[in-house]
Amino acid sequence: MSLVDKIYERAKALRAPPAPADDDAPALPTPLVPTDSVAGRSLVIVIAIMTFLAALAAGAALLVAQASVEWRSEASSEASVQLRPTQGRDMETDLKKAAEIVRKTDGIREAQIYTKAESEALLEPWLGHGLDLSELPTPRMIVVKIDPRTRPDLDSLRADLRAAVPSAVLDDHHVFMERLGEMARAVVSISAMIFILIVGAMGIAVASATRAAVATNREIVEVLHIVGAADTYIAHEFQRRFLALGLRGAVIGGSAAIGFFLLAQMLTRSWRATASGEQMEAMFGDFWIGAEGFLIILLLAGAIALLTGYLSQVTVFRHLRQLG
Amino acid sequence: MLSFENVGLRYGVGPETLRDVNFEIAPRSFQFLTGPSGAGKTSLMRLIIMALRPTRGLINIFGRDSATLDKDEITEMRRRIGVVFQDFRLLDHLTLYENVALPLRVLGKEETSYRAEVTELLKWVGLGERKHSLPSVLSGGEKQRASIARALISQPKLLLADEPTGNVDPTLARRILRLFVELHKSGTAVVIATHDLSLMDQYDDARRLVLADGRLHIFE
Repeated sequence: MSLVDKIYERAKALRAPPAPADDDAPALPTPLVPTDSVAGRSLVIVIAIMTFLAALAAGAALLVAQASVEWRSEASSEASVQLRPTQGRDMETDLKKAAEIVRKTDGIREAQIYTKAESEALLEPWLGHGLDLSELPTPRMIVVKIDPRTRPDLDSLRADLRAAVPSAVLDDHHVFMERLGEMARAVVSISAMIFILIVGAMGIAVASATRAAVATNREIVEVLHIVGAADTYIAHEFQRRFLALGLRGAVIGGSAAIGFFLLAQMLTRSWRATASGEQMEAMFGDFWIGAEGFLIILLLAGAIALLTGYLSQVTVFRHLRQLG
Repeated sequence: MLSFENVGLRYGVGPETLRDVNFEIAPRSFQFLTGPSGAGKTSLMRLIIMALRPTRGLINIFGRDSATLDKDEITEMRRRIGVVFQDFRLLDHLTLYENVALPLRVLGKEETSYRAEVTELLKWVGLGERKHSLPSVLSGGEKQRASIARALISQPKLLLADEPTGNVDPTLARRILRLFVELHKSGTAVVIATHDLSLMDQYDDARRLVLADGRLHIFE
């Protein structure tokens, strides 16, 4: 038996008992593609920024979509009847008649006549304080609360009102709601477009970083080929490296986005008492994207990390095929 | 096992580096490949491991025409060849242990399945104490031995060594040669590219393949 045979025999004999847990081997194998490099760190920063922006775009779309549902549900649960002063008709009698017709309609929860003082108060923001409006022919309002479960037939109500009180105009806010819906859809579409652009830009950044990494580690690739590594194995090693980088960047970017939304909510709550705070709240709610929103950000970060790994694998594989 | 028929190699539009090269390497054979610097020894080695394609001629390796092999088949063929590079080609960020284990690792084997074998082989080439060292802290001789261990670990059918004793002292050179001879006796075909005449004189039974002016001359 030759010396080498003896060595292999001894090696096989040594293999039989369970492997010792001493310092015989590293606990975790070193990645074949080095992970720490300037290019790697830059890519982590790029992915973190992209994840942050993508999460902001997704969060903003979610906030607007949520707010739009709220606005529309509020607007659709209310309607108003406006009565313009008409010569020869008694406004108070017309108001009572119109309110009575409204109340008798199925699906109406409440019909409240705004008093003259209340109606005049509505004009104050435009006309200012302290004016005597008694001489002006100011219109009057009936605020109608609609039962969202059994919605009334508004067309028939509109016809009944017109027949009884010709100056009564029923406004069910549908124009306003349509505009709100369009606006919300536009904001969500823009956010989706920004999101796609960000992911596209990130894909390009990852692909070029991968090509640079293959070029930098050309010697490693050559050695791996010579010792019998298949292209799929090498591509997988690069994928592991970029998945790690992508995960690091995505966690940083995702955490920053979660921090941003938490901070925004905290600030909105503390500004709630101010006029601008109220307006902000009316537009976007209280900036609370909810558990669903945070889950979306986490999923987004995970997807970005996976996408980074996948893109790098595809890029390396293609590059190696070209080399071949 | 390996045969070259009228193989020529040209880089770009320059003159042919190798011309009408004809030879065979039989299983369990031992040969030195020699010739002056720049004669094309390394190019010939690269042709054997399919890192280069010949400009003309036929290379038959393990019963297959190398021109007809796809990438996966080339990978499969390379797994049967161990290579010792002149410049070692160790991966600087991996420890000696990991470098030596590389051919088994890329096969997807579990680390525990080859741990004992790698450790034993490292001890045998005198690097048992340095298995967790990085190549950057090793001497040329130590790197050379690690490179040899990496080429041997997968028990190749054919071992190619490019100037394996170029960076070691005569004593270690003798020991390395003995290692190759033992490997040859165990059934591996060995090709050692060298221009060290004293090394070749230590093993007279070997064939000598001499490259000169791009042509190969065989001395049995």
